[in-house]
Amino acid sequence: MSRTGFDSSSLAPVCEPDVAPRPAGQPLWLLAELTYKCPLQCPYCSNPLDFSSSGQELNTGQWVKVLREARDMGAAQLGFSGGEPLSRPDLNELIQEARHLGYYSNLITSGIGLNERKLEQFRASGLDHIQVSFQASDEAVNNMLAGSAKAFEQKLKMARAVKASGYPMVLNFVTHRHNIDRIDRIIELCVELGADYVELATCQYYGWAFENREQLMPSRAQLERAERITNEYRAKLEAAGNPIKLIFVTPDYYEERPKGCMNGWGQIFLTVTPDGTALPCHSARQLPVQFPNVKDRSLEDIWYRSFGFNKYRGDDWMKEPCRSCDEKARDFGGCRCQAYMLTGDAANADPVCSKSQHHHKVVQARSEAEAPAVAPMTFRNERNSRVFCRSD
Amino acid sequence: MMTDLLTQELGMNALLADVQRIPAFNSMFRLQWEKAQDSYVLLYPEGMIKLNPSAGEILARVDGQQSQAAITAALQQAFPDAGSLACDVHEFMEVACEQNWIRFI
Repeated sequence: MSRTGFDSSSLAPVCEPDVAPRPAGQPLWLLAELTYKCPLQCPYCSNPLDFSSSGQELNTGQWVKVLREARDMGAAQLGFSGGEPLSRPDLNELIQEARHLGYYSNLITSGIGLNERKLEQFRASGLDHIQVSFQASDEAVNNMLAGSAKAFEQKLKMARAVKASGYPMVLNFVTHRHNIDRIDRIIELCVELGADYVELATCQYYGWAFENREQLMPSRAQLERAERITNEYRAKLEAAGNPIKLIFVTPDYYEERPKGCMNGWGQIFLTVTPDGTALPCHSARQLPVQFPNVKDRSLEDIWYRSFGFNKYRGDDWMKEPCRSCDEKARDFGGCRCQAYMLTGDAANADPVCSKSQHHHKVVQARSEAEAPAVAPMTFRNERNSRVFCRSD
Repeated sequence: MMTDLLTQELGMNALLADVQRIPAFNSMFRLQWEKAQDSYVLLYPEGMIKLNPSAGEILARVDGQQSQAAITAALQQAFPDAGSLACDVHEFMEVACEQNWIRFI
């Protein structure tokens, strides 16, 4: 008996009785979360709080099957993520398979565990792109946030090596109230490192970041200042003929309309977690929805016919104010996870929306960010994760 | 009228000078035929651009070795009914360069 209660060998369209298959696009993006193992302990990690109770990791053969099936369904972009994907000993083998299948493969890494030899090996195996994430431009803050004393130095070294190997380089800075005031220094560091794209992404409050929201969320003044400085740098860099692209992502907590999360539930994005659970987005695991596992069923069956992937497709699951809203085709009611985390019901409007009757919770978080209580952050590690497993 | 003629002439001169240049992809972009899209696509970090048929046919001949003139000639041969393609190819090369997809080596 599989965990989803289906026989995956059956070719007939099957679906749990309360949800009929709904129109779906192609899964263009496959995010392969190879492992939850990670040497860092970032307090804004998007992994689930109870990752330590996750089942056994998929083996190489099972990942190869996932890559093949997704590619057959039209997936073109592949992200190797985690945890820290470098801690999987078969990463190079999976990169080779990805290239063979025709994926554009992206390695999303902290840079910890990377070295020149691996860079060369991955390059030869056909890896297209490496994204190195930084915690801060400043060594002390970076290492404090990463929970590692040597992280910053290693990241700088690896960012330089990535560039020197001829890879396109995307640097990712997760910004929050502890580093956003140094955005000028962050941008200068990225220019110095020769980044092609820079994502200045304000924390999204999922997983561990939601736990630590009050300690992470910048004030409105901090955010506006950072955006202004980013715009100044854009103008300056463009005038100097520098093709670097700065992408500034604001936290949706400061918006009045929600984001069109994942371009719609189960429309273009497919995540497979370390134990094989398939999700329409990487934080959906926390929802009280039964999600299928690639060990039990084909990806095609999962994508088109599973209960979990059909649950919030289309709009007939919507409640008011979304149901009668003339913007529902644009934002799909926002993010299901955020609706669940803040209102207890994933079918509610994302409370970022000012039309939501729960919008005051977002407004409340904004005012907390003006004067946050001093409290220690909960770092993402095995020990803390086991606490969350127990409390469930 | 006179101005129009001059502009056109200058345009043609510029074109003649440019056709010997050799386009190559920037390292960030990879071109590939995508069965699921039934088209050529440009892949880049975490993104994909679906190309229309003519853009796809032009870029499919960009290999860092053939000049713009050679690419145009190859296209004329592949699509004999298309009329003169020189201006279209030139215009597209300019756009592709502006987009940072290709550079001239």
